Amino acid sequence: MKKYTYTEKKDTRSGFGAGLLEAGQKNHEVVALCADLVGSLKMDAFIKEFPERFFQIGIAEANMIGIAAGLTIGGKIPFTGTFANFSTGRVYDQIRQSVAYSDKNVKICASHAGLTLGEDGATHQILEDIGLMKMLPGMTVINTCDYNQTKAATIAIAEHHGPVYLRFGRPVIPVFTDPDQKFEIGKAWMVNEGTDVTIIATGHMVWKAIEAGEKLAELGIDAEIINIHTIKPLDEAAILKSVKKTGCVVTCEEHNKYGGLGESVARLLSTELPTPQEFVAVNDSFGESGTPDQLMTKYGLDSVNIVEAVQKVIKRAKK
Amino acid sequence: MKHTIKELEDIASQVRRDIVRMVHGCQSGHPGGSLGCADFMTALYFEIMNHSTDFTMDGKGEDLFFLSNGHISPVFYSVLARSGYFEVSEMATFRKLNSRLQGHPTTHEGLPGIRIASGSLGQGMSVAIGAAQAKKLNKDNSIVYTLHGDGELQEGQNWEAIMYAPFNKVDNLISSVDYNGQQIDGPTEKVLSLDNLQAKFEAFGWHVINSDGNDMESIVKALHYAKTLTGKGKPILNLMSTQMGSGVDFMMGSHKWHGVAPNDEQLEAALVQLTSSLKDY
Repeated sequence: MKKYTYTEKKDTRSGFGAGLLEAGQKNHEVVALCADLVGSLKMDAFIKEFPERFFQIGIAEANMIGIAAGLTIGGKIPFTGTFANFSTGRVYDQIRQSVAYSDKNVKICASHAGLTLGEDGATHQILEDIGLMKMLPGMTVINTCDYNQTKAATIAIAEHHGPVYLRFGRPVIPVFTDPDQKFEIGKAWMVNEGTDVTIIATGHMVWKAIEAGEKLAELGIDAEIINIHTIKPLDEAAILKSVKKTGCVVTCEEHNKYGGLGESVARLLSTELPTPQEFVAVNDSFGESGTPDQLMTKYGLDSVNIVEAVQKVIKRAKK
Repeated sequence: MKHTIKELEDIASQVRRDIVRMVHGCQSGHPGGSLGCADFMTALYFEIMNHSTDFTMDGKGEDLFFLSNGHISPVFYSVLARSGYFEVSEMATFRKLNSRLQGHPTTHEGLPGIRIASGSLGQGMSVAIGAAQAKKLNKDNSIVYTLHGDGELQEGQNWEAIMYAPFNKVDNLISSVDYNGQQIDGPTEKVLSLDNLQAKFEAFGWHVINSDGNDMESIVKALHYAKTLTGKGKPILNLMSTQMGSGVDFMMGSHKWHGVAPNDEQLEAALVQLTSSLKDY
């Protein structure tokens, strides 16, 4: 198992803030919109440097999505910012008609996704957003795993033409990816090469998968770990190549098991290479109040859950 | 004036012919609201707007129009075709398989003149505000126009946009409301009253003007006046009273022709009331 270390912990949303500033410096057409959550989305640095390119919308997310769509007419590259719940479910029809169907170059940037939002509880912890967004034709869906990857992804999506959903979060977690990485949309990242099982993880679950990989190595299981940061378009070639080698797969995501990364992988494998698969995901449930760590444990999203899923899927593959 | 009032009225009559023929041709669509807005749309595209039929999505340096109540697509398609965005013969494909003239307007099929999809109601003003703010960032002094149904204003997103525009001094925006008092389930007064729309918009900080949307002279005068009000810190609302079905006597003044196509006999009865000034497609 390749050794991953970290010297600091940061929130992915801060990676977004840093990436937004850099994207704004690189391209004067980049503009930002926020629905009364500037601090939470870490947009302060962008606003300070480019006040005329920032639009405070107020608590009116539907209007924000529409204004963003309109700003693209005139060549702007708008980045909208609010919590994941208010970025997707609340404004689904606005995104569907004014952004996706109209092929507008809007970047929907969503913080506080999943359970790790914590104490605010289920009203704010969306676990359905990946599903909602990936069902929209033409929508690119990205869920990043640490500060550096989020920063790089934010810069990369500014250079990509088309609607994008970028999902990140609130908790402070290890920074373990390359600070100088070039983010390639739709390209899987090989975290660790192995032979016994393929673990496919996205977002905050990538670090958990690395922890699980270390535990599995102690148990004599050589896990291949792949980070799928781009859930749509899915890097099918990377997944098929790995699964051909290992013969079993575990998918890990901080999302409902319905509609998420796991289902995208299952759809691919069922048509191309039927393979035993286990899902580490929320079991069709809403979240609740608690600390992020407590919630990840209660809802079965810890590294120990990945280890158990791996042991189970390897047994199934051997039958 | 690029055209006399009489010339504009003649074009509007042809637009009305196009509307009833398109809706008849596919036996679906929305003739009532389309007919009611024929004069406004003709005035906009043939007299008021500075626009290019050499279509670019960005529309830099030209006035833009957004149709929020997308179900009146027949009138939109007619003025676009008649002003030269695409061949008038293409109107015969309206609502048919593989057409660029979808039931509701869309950018998806690449039809020149359309910059946003509309149909799911209440989204157009937000989009227009974004386009207007992009113009300001681009130091582009042209104007953004919109059209909304009155019933459409029951959608909440409108009021987010109506609140935002004056606060942010979006004063390069001229919105018009097709105030025909009708919606699918009956008169707006009975379904969900809009009450005093002028007072509501004024309370939100808009400059409101009134016009008769089925009197070409009134509508042209109102829109010319509206242009003089731009750049003064407030968005402008043209509250435009219209008759649903205007120009075809048996379709007028009732919500019954909101989304019903005429049969062969009704088409003939409608066409004899409308002069053909530009030849039918």
